Amino acid sequence: MSGQKAERPLTQNIRPGQEPPDIDAYQRAGGYAALRKALGGMTPDAVIKEVTASNLRGRGGAGFPTGKKWGLVPQGSDAPQRKYLVVNADEMEPGTFKDRLLMEGDPHQLIEGAIVSAFAIQASVAYIFLRAEYTLAGRRLQRAIDEARAKGYLGTNILGSGFGLELHLHRSAGRYICGDETAMLTALEGNRAIPRAKPPYPATSGLWGKPTVVNNVETLSNIPHIVNRGAEWFRGLAHGEDGGTKIYGASGRVKHPGAWELPMGTTIREILEDHAGGMRDGYAFRALLPGGASTQFLAEQYLDVAMDFTSVEKAGSRLGTGTMIIVDDRTCPVGLLHNLQHFFAQESCGWCTPCRDGLPWVERLLSAIEAGQGEMRDLEILEMHTDFLGPGKTFCALAPGAMEPLESGLKCFREDFERHIQLKRCPWR
Amino acid sequence: MSTVDDTSLLTPAEIEAVTALARQYEARRGACIEALRLVQRSHGWISDGRLHEVARLLEMSPDELDGVATFYNLIFRRPVGRHVILICDSVSCWIMGYEALREALYVRLGVRLGETTADGRFTLLPIVCLGACDHAPTIMIDDDLHSDLDAAALETVLERYP
Repeated sequence: MSGQKAERPLTQNIRPGQEPPDIDAYQRAGGYAALRKALGGMTPDAVIKEVTASNLRGRGGAGFPTGKKWGLVPQGSDAPQRKYLVVNADEMEPGTFKDRLLMEGDPHQLIEGAIVSAFAIQASVAYIFLRAEYTLAGRRLQRAIDEARAKGYLGTNILGSGFGLELHLHRSAGRYICGDETAMLTALEGNRAIPRAKPPYPATSGLWGKPTVVNNVETLSNIPHIVNRGAEWFRGLAHGEDGGTKIYGASGRVKHPGAWELPMGTTIREILEDHAGGMRDGYAFRALLPGGASTQFLAEQYLDVAMDFTSVEKAGSRLGTGTMIIVDDRTCPVGLLHNLQHFFAQESCGWCTPCRDGLPWVERLLSAIEAGQGEMRDLEILEMHTDFLGPGKTFCALAPGAMEPLESGLKCFREDFERHIQLKRCPWR
Repeated sequence: MSTVDDTSLLTPAEIEAVTALARQYEARRGACIEALRLVQRSHGWISDGRLHEVARLLEMSPDELDGVATFYNLIFRRPVGRHVILICDSVSCWIMGYEALREALYVRLGVRLGETTADGRFTLLPIVCLGACDHAPTIMIDDDLHSDLDAAALETVLERYP
């Protein structure tokens, strides 16, 4: 890297502990220039092309290329006139706290990103699907929406472009499954939030059967910067192929837990040691979940892996949300896995059998092992579940996601499981 | 639900607000969760009578609406205390001392998860990750997040909710 300070477009306006910029402050900092540029002279297709060329990949966890997703939306006179954009602000993946930072710290950035993205896919209505517990983000977003509407950035014929958009804040009431994009659509339609089988994909048949794009908060917050400064600049922010910066985070027994905007592809070691300050005194590193509860554990030999989609996948895990959960040597890994599986079992929507019946079984087995009542055979039954509940066997990614830490945890912490069974108690208690 | 509702149903202002929410969706029922939240905000919980009223306004059957209402963690179909304490039991808070904090709440309040104190002041409920993992362990009381908590800090926090 050169001696220049790395650029941090997403967090440049964020001052933790202070009120976020209002619309005037946001505009003084260059805000809504991308809106003027896109609606004032670009075609929707040109915006999609720029975003595609930027290599922006979805920041909700799955990493699907954003421009490609937008390109799947049918356009032209044969396509349905009504199209929707849904902002996935239902941040509920355990260990994840990055979208909260962006919404509380710079709500106009998200709103500008949403308007420009809606223009790109020609959506006339957008919803921000916000989790119930993000009350401060909700107040700040609503104020920002009202300010944007007052300036004429929302409503009909925005800036005389002929393009119009209504943007509504939808506050949910607490259910993890709503973060799945098809369950989110079912929820917005006023039904129990149950995922849908794909295909058809939301891009062709989403909300009320209309073409719909669902994008994560961090994904959309990048859009104004890509439009302003171009795909090449955006790609240059990253260390690897996946473009841009990334909000990384670390929680657990590190010296300075927190979230930081860094070049996409920063190594785990740099995040852990330089930004999180390493382990607290008296605690040693054992493993980490790189991107939330539904990613595979990585042990010490992977600390030099770059935190981008491709590299983390090569290491046998997933970048996920990019907010790492650190496991120390004084935390019982069996108890930790029990905690994770309790979460997944509780939050299963109950629609398909492997997930509804399998996850509680997994939870009970882990509970028994933790309490010293496990048998060696239980480990085989747990391993069996990682197959039964794996990819392709359920409607959505909840159960396969739950199996990622379980499968890797059974390998990573095998001796800890065996000790619980042999000692007939938890060695940590 | 057999809970008897002996209070009046929706106020004209609530009916107007629910109707305004319904206009934000292609089908009225899209507003159902926000409508229930709105009613719950003024009454604390959703009684059968109010559930029926909201269902009627949104052109749903009461059973359909109840099916949605009971799907969510934060729609209360039974009365709760004046203040609702949500304690995060997800992984980062669990690592950082959730169990000790929960025990401190049990002792201080004299109730377990899912219960309301005898004086009707607090209801204690578990909640999934609150997205403040860098300040674990965390709880929410009503609309407020309280972070970096331990048993000692808890007392000062609770005093703010009479």
